[in-house]
Amino acid sequence: MKIIKQAIAGTLESSDLLVKVAPAANDDLEIVLHSEVIKQFGAQIRQVIDQTLAQLGVTTGSFIIEDKGALDCVIRARLQAAVLRACDCENLNWEQLS
Amino acid sequence: MKLRRSMLFLPGANAAMLSTAYIYRPDSIMFDLEDAVSLREKDAARLLVFHALQNPMYEDIETVVRINPLNTPFGLKDLEAAVRGGVDVVRLPKTDSANDVRELETQVARIEAECGREIGSTQLMAAIESASGVVNALSIATSSPRLIGIALAGFDYVIDMQTERGDGTELFYARCAVLHAARAAGIDAFDVVYSDINDEAGFLKEVDLIRRLGFNGKSLINPRQIELLHNAYAPTEEDASYARRVIAAAEAAEANGLGVIALNGKMIDAPIVNHARRTLQMVAASGTRK
Repeated sequence: MKIIKQAIAGTLESSDLLVKVAPAANDDLEIVLHSEVIKQFGAQIRQVIDQTLAQLGVTTGSFIIEDKGALDCVIRARLQAAVLRACDCENLNWEQLS
Repeated sequence: MKLRRSMLFLPGANAAMLSTAYIYRPDSIMFDLEDAVSLREKDAARLLVFHALQNPMYEDIETVVRINPLNTPFGLKDLEAAVRGGVDVVRLPKTDSANDVRELETQVARIEAECGREIGSTQLMAAIESASGVVNALSIATSSPRLIGIALAGFDYVIDMQTERGDGTELFYARCAVLHAARAAGIDAFDVVYSDINDEAGFLKEVDLIRRLGFNGKSLINPRQIELLHNAYAPTEEDASYARRVIAAAEAAEANGLGVIALNGKMIDAPIVNHARRTLQMVAASGTRK
């Protein structure tokens, strides 16, 4: 999937996650992660992010992610929502989202 | 026998509520993709619910998803998310006729086949929200073997009837019609939400009414209402004691090869034994009434 425009998904409420995504300037994949629980769960959150983007076939884009203690299932959902919005994707491929 | 006293509504777009609601232990949790979700968040809510359904925290609670009507741009996408996410029950809003349920059933079967889910494993419930729906309640209730229950939804119904919520008189016919249809079809019946969460006395009065009418339970919008509802549905100590004696008499009759069950010199028939079993199931679920 190709990121073609800016998009946002999620909120800054507790247990949620805000994902801001935009096309990358030089076709890189840039991920900036801020989390209140980065010391305890940073590696795990990063793993969920990487896995979710790989499943969606996202190889370029600029992501700024503000985590407020979201569960893995919320991280996946918010990231997918942001990517689908940024790709203008209407028809969902559920196998990519599982 | 599945207890369905409390069905807690959760806005499908609220990550915090989706992450914590299981701790309140309602009989069923209903993720709402319809009225509780704004138009611009429909896509994100659908994904949140899809992933929450697959989370182990909801493994031992019955999950329900209220989709948007199938004649909207959102309904079919919601249904894909719910069925593929492994929901137990899909709740169809604004059900006016049996055809609405049949159309839903066709789509559910298609999605089950496409995603490899066992055909028939997704159950359905229909919410009746209009005069047409109430008049067609029996044909709706008998329209699909997947239906586990029908629910009355009060807000849209009173608007359709050109009245407003009051002391319950305005819902009396609809409650009785929906309840009779459900019982005739052998499925569950659910009452409307009580929206004033600070009016505990009013809530309990309504719960007492619908329990005595025969409803299985009620849709709830706040976790604070769960314990109140479960306690109101709990049998009294006297009811529980009688039920234990009935079951003991039934077991003794079976052990002795007797076809007739008697307790204190009175014959007991099968419906009384079944009622006693249900009473003891309620006691096991939430104790006796406090």
